[in-house]
Amino acid sequence: MTQLANADASVVVEQLRSWKADAVTQVVEHRGQTTIVVPRGLLRAVAQQCRDNPELKFNLLSDATCVDRFPVEPRFELNYSLVSIPRQTRIRLRTAVSAQQPTIESLVPVWPGANWLEREIFDLFGIRFEGHPDLRRILLPDAFEGFPLRRDFPVEGKR
Amino acid sequence: MTTVESAIGTTKTMVLNMGPQHPSTHGVLRVLLELDGENVMSAVPDLGYLHTGIEKSCEDKTYSQAITLTDRMDYLNPLGNNLVYCLAVEKLLNLEVPKRAQYIRVMMVELQRISSHLVWLGTHALDMGAMSVMLYCFREREEILKIFERFAGQRMMTSYIRIGGVALQPPTGWRDQVKRFVDMMPARVDEYEALLTENRIWQGRLKGVGYLPPETLVAYSTTGPGLRASGVAFDNRKAFPYSSYEEFDFEVPTRTESDCYARYLVRVAEIRESIKIVRQAVDKITDEGPIKSEAPGIIPPEREKMKTEMEALIYHFKIFTEGFSPPPGEAYVAVESPRGELGCFIASDGSPKPLRVHFRSPSFVNLQALPRMVEGQLIADTVACIGTIDIVLGEVDR
Repeated sequence: MTQLANADASVVVEQLRSWKADAVTQVVEHRGQTTIVVPRGLLRAVAQQCRDNPELKFNLLSDATCVDRFPVEPRFELNYSLVSIPRQTRIRLRTAVSAQQPTIESLVPVWPGANWLEREIFDLFGIRFEGHPDLRRILLPDAFEGFPLRRDFPVEGKR
Repeated sequence: MTTVESAIGTTKTMVLNMGPQHPSTHGVLRVLLELDGENVMSAVPDLGYLHTGIEKSCEDKTYSQAITLTDRMDYLNPLGNNLVYCLAVEKLLNLEVPKRAQYIRVMMVELQRISSHLVWLGTHALDMGAMSVMLYCFREREEILKIFERFAGQRMMTSYIRIGGVALQPPTGWRDQVKRFVDMMPARVDEYEALLTENRIWQGRLKGVGYLPPETLVAYSTTGPGLRASGVAFDNRKAFPYSSYEEFDFEVPTRTESDCYARYLVRVAEIRESIKIVRQAVDKITDEGPIKSEAPGIIPPEREKMKTEMEALIYHFKIFTEGFSPPPGEAYVAVESPRGELGCFIASDGSPKPLRVHFRSPSFVNLQALPRMVEGQLIADTVACIGTIDIVLGEVDR
């Protein structure tokens, strides 16, 4: 297991892999920040591990966001920034979702703070979060059609 | 959600709109309140009235052009917005900022923090009925805005913090002006405290109101003074220091009662700590020195060089027509804004325009806790709770 520049990230990867061998598909390091890529079906389980494992203790979901890599598939990359307040470390989880099936498990059962963050991703990208208690638009009017932050939606808007 | 017709004798609730036009929602925030008399049964915030598509617009601009958009999100903390965005771009570029520029950044951001807390205190006190405090806070804020105007030419939307450093050299006489401000300020903060802290009405309206336990706050991703007033000492300036904060000596005030009164005490203490930081920064900033990194092709050359040297002219031309391209990758940088963790996530695809810019705005995330704070209390307490979370709608909606 190679040592990552971010020493704590090695601990996270090791803990996740010892919990489930296929929990981590890829580890991306860029500019001293580590992103752990997890398979789509395991996202909520990995998130629960990150929160509950006493070696990890990622109790704060800092941010959830989406990147649209259109026309590359899988198109939508979801990034979750986690903070462990007691251990003073950060990590990023990533998973990818395709355009044909833009759904993913909601992380609201793990961190209630994911509620509005996921609603914003739904509002602007059109990704459905399964198990979300109140999935509806948050920033745009309810009757708005389309998902503006997708790359194929023009910046000037549609008429 | 509405219950309308009913038999005589049963309680019925009424759904009222608080906002989007309302003096106490601090912006265009709409809260649907289901009321049983004056008791709030449920509160549902409705956002988006100030949504201007900043994140989408950033994708259409070069990295430097997007800085002016960032000013306008949290409009009480424009320098903080500039800073988080520039730190994220510098991280993608692996660009080091000279120490002198970092100290100037720290000084400006802390002055911005004081000015933001002054607006918070003034408006919160005004909501509770203490009208004089509003005028006193804004009087001091004027001094800070005058300092910004001398430094950057602008009172609010300064765009003073740029990629690689700051935009301009500090103006002549800046040291005296800032020293005068920090010498005057502690006595003024004592004045506000004399009016409010032991005031029976102030305590009566704020003590015990809007209580949430620390576990709930962390679960709801609350950060900033709201979290620190519940005992969790999490401050990005200490936990993940950026821009030379590790060289400054300051405390992170915390309380444990986690009600509106505790949050008031934490923010007033933060004003005092920020004054300390500004004083240290004034001593650390040398009279002469760089304000930006040296990075040809990324940071524009000085105008004199551009007018006399061919290479500088070519770099200037390329930067302002095409822009620079950070290598592909993503970065997330978080700073401590007056409201909590302000983060910027940038994804670069190797082109001069960002692929995705996302701002993790503390007001947006902290506002999620409002229904929990408010349900079961009175409408007047709702006003106190909205004030105590300290939201800025420009940041909530972007």
